[in-house]
Amino acid sequence: MNASRTLATARRVLRQLGHDPRTIALLLLVPILLLVLLYYVFDADRRAFDSIGASLLGIFPLVTMFLVTSIATLRERTSGTLERLLSMPLGKGDLIVGYALAFGLLAVVQAALATGVAIWFLDLDIAGSPWLLLLVALLDALLGTALGLFVSAFAASEFQVVQFMPAMIFPQILLCGLFAPRGSMQPVLEGISNVLPMSYAVDGMTEVLHHSEATGDFVRDIGVVAGSALLVLALGAATLRRRTA
Amino acid sequence: MNKPPPQPPPDPAEPTGPGPDPAVHARGLTVVRGTRRVLDALSFDVAPGTVTGLLGPSGSGKSTLIRAIVGTQAKVTGTLDVLGSPAGSAGLRSRVGYVTQAPSVYGDLSARQNLDYYAAVLGIPRSRRAAAVTQALTDVDLTSHADDLAGNLSGGQASRVSLAVALLGAPELLVLDEPTVGLDPVLRRDLWDLFHRLAAHGTTLLISSHVMDEADRCAHLLLVRDGTLLAADTPRALREQTGSDTVEEAFLALVDAARAAEDSTP
Ligand SMILES: Nc1ncnc2c1ncn2[C@@H]1O[C@H](COP(=O)(O)OP(=O)(O)OP(=O)(O)O)[C@@H](O)[C@H]1O
Ligand SMILES: [Mg+2]
Repeated sequence: MNASRTLATARRVLRQLGHDPRTIALLLLVPILLLVLLYYVFDADRRAFDSIGASLLGIFPLVTMFLVTSIATLRERTSGTLERLLSMPLGKGDLIVGYALAFGLLAVVQAALATGVAIWFLDLDIAGSPWLLLLVALLDALLGTALGLFVSAFAASEFQVVQFMPAMIFPQILLCGLFAPRGSMQPVLEGISNVLPMSYAVDGMTEVLHHSEATGDFVRDIGVVAGSALLVLALGAATLRRRTA
Repeated sequence: MNKPPPQPPPDPAEPTGPGPDPAVHARGLTVVRGTRRVLDALSFDVAPGTVTGLLGPSGSGKSTLIRAIVGTQAKVTGTLDVLGSPAGSAGLRSRVGYVTQAPSVYGDLSARQNLDYYAAVLGIPRSRRAAAVTQALTDVDLTSHADDLAGNLSGGQASRVSLAVALLGAPELLVLDEPTVGLDPVLRRDLWDLFHRLAAHGTTLLISSHVMDEADRCAHLLLVRDGTLLAADTPRALREQTGSDTVEEAFLALVDAARAAEDSTP
């Protein structure tokens, strides 16, 4: 690992995005528009909006960063740039942390905008600090980046990589407690939901919703999300091979 | 139209003679891709400070050999030393420049931004990066398109960006996979002049091509066919040995001889 190569990689990824303003606009605006939509869906039930809105603030960064990263790294693999980089003195960690930094930064902006709009314009009523929401959102984004990097190794085409989104992300959304409390699920499903990282992301958001300071449960939740992100990043690094068939 | 190379080397066909260590040293080099044996027991040396051409028909294994030399090919057996270390060693990664057959640059970055990033990866210090990038762009005659997105460049321009990346940091060994495909005669001549200038300054170049008229610009040739080495010699020796006027004819004569030998064995 080398700081200047890692930072150069992060800057390169951001420059690539800089040439693609439409993607940036979509990344930043779609979560906000969906929150506004949700606000009016729960026109008659503001309490439901509070709990689902807070959960969504945790889910958006994970889903968008998953998609962006998986496609970006798949392109890197198929265009030959990855082969070239790995024939150069670039560490695998430099590449992965570079991506995580660039998309993490983007996720912070995305989450700050979405959280700001939710709290100030949509009257999302949370007991805890918005900074904690932001922290969870950032860790979720890192988890999404890590998962995206990892699955891109198992996809040979863009068609395959977008299919990993329903395959890997939808089950987590269904089981994370957004639709039904996790404790009320069929016991096997509850057990599965206990080992899926998104469950902890949403639990963390819910803790901020109900408690004015960081609880022990909150610390455990974000610890699980951060630990999963690091674990999957390490797995992603293992899928980068300098020598390929 | 073929300009002879500026300085014909002595005779690099004799790898065992005294003289500098070879830049690439292969003995019994074998590569398996999928279930097929794509390279079969190749043995050759590439003399330092020369331009060596790697010629062979499509699918003969040129790119595979190049990937083995730069250390990106899996399932390589036999001996393969590059600049004195086993191919793919970490220490070689900044000493060997590599151009993939398809241009490997970021289409959503400008030519200059591409080079700037690769220069940072190669560890060129920030203070010297801009100058190194400009020099590489000048070498491939792309200064007028430096700020265009690589994705908006023509095929030949994009492949020159890819070539410029390999020139960054003045590597000791340049391994180029068909760097002149799709370029016009003027540009090709200019690039070959550049290759010879680099060799005159001590860089070793291994250049694959299936354009036979480029063979005469090389000091030494490796002819591969179907994963085996048909010949390794100077263009002149190959022409004389086969009694041909051009390397193309010499190559065809060697292929026919190899075929005849194959047909008579079973
Ligand atoms: N990823 C791969 N998996 C399995 N076999 C492969 C793979 N890539 C190439 N091959 C096979 O290896 C052989 C040599 O391929 P290679 O790309 O080295 O040829 P080449 O001489 O560079 O051809 P060209 O001039 O067309 O670029 C071919 O028969 C090809 O089918
Ligand atoms: Mg090839």
